[in-house]
Amino acid sequence: MRALTWHGTHDVRVDTVDDPEIINSRDAIIEVTSTAICGSDLHLYDGVIPSVLPGDVLGHEFMGRVVETGSDSTLKKGQRVVVPFTISCGGCFHCQIQQFSACENSNPAEKQDMSAKLYGHSMAALFGYSHMTGGYWGGQAEYVRVPYSDVGPIVVPDHLDDDKVLFLSDILPTGWMAAENAEIQPDDTVAVWGCGPVGLFAIQSAIVMGASKVIAIDHYPNRLALAKQLGAEVIDFRKTNVREALIEMSGGIGVDAVIDAVGMETHGFAVDNLVDVVKQKVGMGADRASALKQAILAVRPGGRVSIPGVYGGMTDKFPLGALMEKGLQIRSGQTHVQRYTNDLLEKIEDGTLDTTFLISHRLPLEDAARGYECFRTEQDSWTKVVLKPGMDMPAAN
Amino acid sequence: MTNDKQLGLAGTVAGLGLAIGGLAFGAFLSQRRKGGDDDAPFYTRKSPDSDNAVLGRTVTIRKPRAELYAFWRDFGNLPRFMENVETIRKEGDHRIWVIKAPAGQTVEIKTEVCEDVEGKRIAWRSVEGSDIETRGSVEFADAPGDRGTRVSLVMSYNPPAGNLGRTIAKLFQREPEVQARHDLKRFKGLMETGEIATSAHRKENTRAARQREKET
Repeated sequence: MRALTWHGTHDVRVDTVDDPEIINSRDAIIEVTSTAICGSDLHLYDGVIPSVLPGDVLGHEFMGRVVETGSDSTLKKGQRVVVPFTISCGGCFHCQIQQFSACENSNPAEKQDMSAKLYGHSMAALFGYSHMTGGYWGGQAEYVRVPYSDVGPIVVPDHLDDDKVLFLSDILPTGWMAAENAEIQPDDTVAVWGCGPVGLFAIQSAIVMGASKVIAIDHYPNRLALAKQLGAEVIDFRKTNVREALIEMSGGIGVDAVIDAVGMETHGFAVDNLVDVVKQKVGMGADRASALKQAILAVRPGGRVSIPGVYGGMTDKFPLGALMEKGLQIRSGQTHVQRYTNDLLEKIEDGTLDTTFLISHRLPLEDAARGYECFRTEQDSWTKVVLKPGMDMPAAN
Repeated sequence: MTNDKQLGLAGTVAGLGLAIGGLAFGAFLSQRRKGGDDDAPFYTRKSPDSDNAVLGRTVTIRKPRAELYAFWRDFGNLPRFMENVETIRKEGDHRIWVIKAPAGQTVEIKTEVCEDVEGKRIAWRSVEGSDIETRGSVEFADAPGDRGTRVSLVMSYNPPAGNLGRTIAKLFQREPEVQARHDLKRFKGLMETGEIATSAHRKENTRAARQREKET
């Protein structure tokens, strides 16, 4: 099959690789119809996530048709399914309490040591996202082997286009959980750092949950325009003093909840952020967390901090004092996708949530490498790239 | 930093936890019950009693105690999740464990069950005629509420002197604790999900397939 494979920093290629096959009885094989490049794929592309190996197939946002099922799969051939990026067994303690992204069994035993050492506990497996999270081949491919297919994939009705339901795989539930983690109350003012796809979905979710005001912070004009279109007020952090603005825009109290939808590769200009950039480049692995630091200082005392942005390691000069003295609540985590998919599918069907507005580009899978490059370098106009294995390459001009 | 380096580093870090050294063989079964200054399991002490370095690990499995005990008590099941154990066959009152060694060799251990408390505890030890002196025990205890069963595995071994002994020592000192931890995690996965997780995409890349190939 054809698949997008990782070969090194800023080096991804569409190669011909082995077709996957059923290995365990709960597996299914999905023929991919749509797959997206995620902002977190750029962390792999930029080489800041350890334990990605040359030849690994990337991609964790995908959907398609079931073409093969193991004897214990509950799926049927021909069904259209969206597959959660978190691989969850459904049978362990964490799956039973719906903390699916902490599944204890999906990450093969021999792959668990690195995260166990780094984080104190091993991580659940994710599709196409390094060997620390299992080393499973991802969805930017023609076919994917999906383990525990009786637990994860959600069957979607034929009348909903791929573009409407694809993001159930990750960024829609991630944005939703980010807003849920912010515990939004009706009169709240909520600030969201980062107007990438997760930030935009967090904004949309916060509005659906009844926030009285959502303030979006970014510097890309197009992305800020998308946030505004959703009903958010916007701040361009390159032009405005964010902390002062947030105090003023929340009546001097401070915002009630903050959402960091940026993560480890922020674009801040603070000195400590520049130091962190250097450390990241030389492999000392400090996560740049300037958005999070700013968010913690901006939120009102007793407020809530929600972190959907991806972090992998350590960070320096964390404002721990502000966290403690202001009595903040902090919630984070990889998304428990399976907890949200049914409800969110309903909200897509009844029109409460629109998922298509942020798609800027649809490319053939064959053109995936260009998709990565442009998604990284032209972030203003390339907000979201959807890859279609079946699509023809445009004729050379 | 290259990813290879990082992976290597992770391996080293994992290996560091061992410090097994030349394991002297002690009566760890009685040691197990000896109270320390605190309530932690003896094998988590920072300075273990000199002659008694053993490895131990606990997992919680969402299955009834009786079911887990029964599965383990049928020793023939163990190679399904113990990576280095090729087969365990019955021979009279004893069982012969065939264990992978470097360079395609195998070592054999002849064991007897020395303690068997239905649904709670199984302990075994090697007898005369084994390539390695070893002991092991597994305990099953109810976890709170509906969390299932806490399963604790404790193992100890003493490689013999001589060339073969050194080879075996090398094999086991590579990462005995890591191996036991992985085996126990695989046991948990097998019991909770009915399968052993693998990120392989072709059957020939799986551990089970490699094992089958080796046997034929």
